[in-house]
Amino acid sequence: MSLKDTLSPFYAWKRAFEKPLTIKEPITEREGAPRYRGFHINDLGKCIGCGSCEEVCQNEAIDIIETAKAQAGKGDSGLRPVIDYGRCCWCGLCVDVCPTGSLEMSNDYIWVTTDPSEFVFQPGADDKPWNDDELGYRRTPEAWLLDPNQREMPVLDPEVRKHTFEEMALGFTDDIAMEEASRCLECGICIEACPTHMDIPNYIKAIRENRLEEALEILYDTNPFSETCGRVCTAHCQDVCALEHNGQPIAIRYLKRYITDKTYQQRKEILFPKELPQTGKKVAVIGGGPAGLTAAYYLRHYGHEVTIFERQPQLGGMLRYGIPEYRLPKAVLDREIEFILDLGVEVRTGISVGEDISFDEIRAQYDAVFIAIGAQKGTSMPIEGSDLPGVEIGVNFLARIAEGERPDIGKRVIVVGGGNTAMDVCRSSVRLGAEEVHVLYRRTEAEMPATREEYEEALEEGVQFDFLVTPVKIERKDDHLAITCMRMELGEPDASGRRRPIPIEGSEFVIEADTCIMAIGQKVEGKISDAMGVKITRWHTFDVDPDTLETNVPGVYAGGDCELGPTDAVHAIADGKKAAYFIHEYLSGKLKQKTSA
Amino acid sequence: MASNKWSENVADIKPEAKEETRKAAVPHVPEAFWTQEETFDLSSGKYLKIWQGPQHPGVTGNMALELVVEGDIVRSCKTHVGYLHRGFEKLMERRKYIQCFPIVCRICVPEPDTNEYLFAAAVEELANIEIPEKAAWIRTFVLELSRTASLTMGLGGQAGAFGLGTIGQWAVAHRDYILDLFEELTGGRVYHMYIIPGGVRLDFPDGFEDRVRAVLDKIEHLIGDIEKVMFNNSVFKARAKGLGVIPREWIEPFGITGTTARAAGAPLDVRKNNPYLVYDQLDFEMILGSASDVYERTLLRKEEILLSIRLIRQILDRMPKAGPVRRKLPNVLHWKVPAGETYVRAESGRGEMGYYLVSDGSEYPRRVHVRGASYTHAMALLEHLVKGISIADVAGVMTSLQTCPPEIER
Repeated sequence: MSLKDTLSPFYAWKRAFEKPLTIKEPITEREGAPRYRGFHINDLGKCIGCGSCEEVCQNEAIDIIETAKAQAGKGDSGLRPVIDYGRCCWCGLCVDVCPTGSLEMSNDYIWVTTDPSEFVFQPGADDKPWNDDELGYRRTPEAWLLDPNQREMPVLDPEVRKHTFEEMALGFTDDIAMEEASRCLECGICIEACPTHMDIPNYIKAIRENRLEEALEILYDTNPFSETCGRVCTAHCQDVCALEHNGQPIAIRYLKRYITDKTYQQRKEILFPKELPQTGKKVAVIGGGPAGLTAAYYLRHYGHEVTIFERQPQLGGMLRYGIPEYRLPKAVLDREIEFILDLGVEVRTGISVGEDISFDEIRAQYDAVFIAIGAQKGTSMPIEGSDLPGVEIGVNFLARIAEGERPDIGKRVIVVGGGNTAMDVCRSSVRLGAEEVHVLYRRTEAEMPATREEYEEALEEGVQFDFLVTPVKIERKDDHLAITCMRMELGEPDASGRRRPIPIEGSEFVIEADTCIMAIGQKVEGKISDAMGVKITRWHTFDVDPDTLETNVPGVYAGGDCELGPTDAVHAIADGKKAAYFIHEYLSGKLKQKTSA
Repeated sequence: MASNKWSENVADIKPEAKEETRKAAVPHVPEAFWTQEETFDLSSGKYLKIWQGPQHPGVTGNMALELVVEGDIVRSCKTHVGYLHRGFEKLMERRKYIQCFPIVCRICVPEPDTNEYLFAAAVEELANIEIPEKAAWIRTFVLELSRTASLTMGLGGQAGAFGLGTIGQWAVAHRDYILDLFEELTGGRVYHMYIIPGGVRLDFPDGFEDRVRAVLDKIEHLIGDIEKVMFNNSVFKARAKGLGVIPREWIEPFGITGTTARAAGAPLDVRKNNPYLVYDQLDFEMILGSASDVYERTLLRKEEILLSIRLIRQILDRMPKAGPVRRKLPNVLHWKVPAGETYVRAESGRGEMGYYLVSDGSEYPRRVHVRGASYTHAMALLEHLVKGISIADVAGVMTSLQTCPPEIER
């Protein structure tokens, strides 16, 4: 034992004179580090109640429950997370997975309460001192566990597709579909937004697990036009997709198409019912568009006999006559309609109700009637020269092309309007050989009702857009049209919530064109709706009970565009399905007579 | 980056050959002394049975030693565990891969990051994910920093076991400086949940390096103090020297690793023998001892703290300053890891730690087995090390093995 070893330990005294390392009292306020994972904060306005936090929580500390502070609505389940701090392990995966970024953590360190029940609390809804903390754990884009990028649909090159009506989108490959399907959170927010409430998470899951036959069954359970919708649906589901908040939504529509692409050849053997019930009741469906055909599909499943009356030579309505081939090949539509007809639906094409057969005759022969005549009549602008040769109406133009006509529209085409019909018209014009296609829209790009995707594709194909412009006069000059236009500015919002365009005095200018096509809207053909003796609104749409789609005449139902006004295919399909359900209820005597008008 | 594949070396050995290799690897031990059980007649009044633990400051956690003493000399020891079993391995079979990530760190309180790293590395190997370079450097940094924290606290514990409580307080307080760094980097003080499959969760915050260097200086200074107060202390020397000697020939049959093995002169260090992450790019030598007693092991541990500090400084100097720190995983809510099995290992403060992971290709791990050094050191080895020593030294011997009961039980 050396002297050094005896003395050296006394060196410890030196530290006695140093500043202590510890804090004085155990609950001295001490702020956590800027990214400290403290207590949860939730921005209730941003949160959509998708439940991904609940899903990822390894210890089931999170429950997603109803709350008075949030309302269920489009894109919002109305549920909000509640966290049990007896189970939470503060890993923050809930923050990392949150698709909207509403869930965060404060950097608060200490929370003392004598009431243990307080440890189960609802972040954001319950008043907590850390709710306004600026610092704390926030997920960075790098830390986000989800993939914000949608897989791209392989498409024909713009230079190729400009010259052909061949289908532009080529369909997902297996790998793309699998990758895209695996992005889904299965939150189900989309189901509510889909007019026909397709079970989206489930069929996406079926793709992921390679159960395509089951996926097909899931599709046709809620939508007999799944193959068509996989191409042309306006995809309301994608607008509310949880991933849309900080990235691109799941390509739900294309995944639907993928299922049908892979299985359409076996569709009949997978889906065709072995036996249909027979009720002996007869239902007439007036109009063979998506609403009418969907109603026929479900009515057949309920066991009723169905006859479709269609004015045109072929079934399909706007799907056939309004949507160009490059978006929806006729072969796809044909095989989908054929499947519905194979259920045993009687079809009488070329029959105009009110001319070839009276509405009363139909009512006498059938137990119930479903009117789905659509909104076929294109509107024209009440301006001078709108009836000149070379000036056309959008839907009529599209119908001519659908029938196989390839009209000569010249080199320079002006399309008026900013909706999806305008997009179909301008892009069809490109394919017909027009060298210069201009779309005139009276508002700006932001207010344009056409889907973003179609707008972008039109741009790729060389269509030029002139915003804040409206035609006021059309004249014929030699071999071309001279269209006088005015510039517009945006004023106060109108009834639709969009800002009203106001003409700027003295801003007139003239554009020359070979053809001018008006694609500014459609309406229900008043002549037919008036003739049926059923109550209608002042827009000539049918006035129905919104719950059951029944008109003022018992047993007569109306749905689709002729009831909703011009909208999209999926709304018509949803109406057809709904009408079939209530017609079935009516025919089986389950539906109570309306007590109040 | 160095390969982490342990299986590569044995992959082409035929089964029968493997059997022979195994036989050859185990040296012939003439008497399997650990199989012999002595019985003591407690009714004779000569012997007394004493339980040290499960709640006892000298057992470094919840574990019990059933001691038979004759006077104050220990005649036999049986180790008992089961007080801290949380069933992590089983829990993981019911959790998706990403959900296992927050729970593995809880396997070892003082050094959670090794678990995080090994779980991530095992998953990455099966899922064939290559992490960004910067992530590998940050992971190495985190592992060394947590090693420093763990060893510093261990040093304090060692001092405490011999009654030098002041050093224990210094050590724990200085560990808190490291925890402050972890809080700043990872968002958590004790359980960091930072090394995630695909990389690390977040990059260094601004000015972090300077604060790390400042803490390292503090620790270095502390080690200097401890050197004077503990290692040049006649009481400590008198008690620790010659105590709990582990013969070199026990290393392999007992499966002893880490500082405990190196103190006996066995060159076993996963960082050197089977470099992972960026250890093959770092400049360091294995520190070996020979006396293999408590004093030597403690001394080595002190040296290893200084080594870790040097390694951290090297990492800070040489790590890439920019670049991604994690790779995007597939959607973690339904992430399926390809079927396969792997064993990955790393050097923890206590010795070799390894994760054996089996995937059946589903969203959940089929089996996760955690191999920690504490299991062999504290359960099997300790029983033989404490025979014939004073009961007052049992805690000191146990602490010198750097055991961590939560790791034994998982």
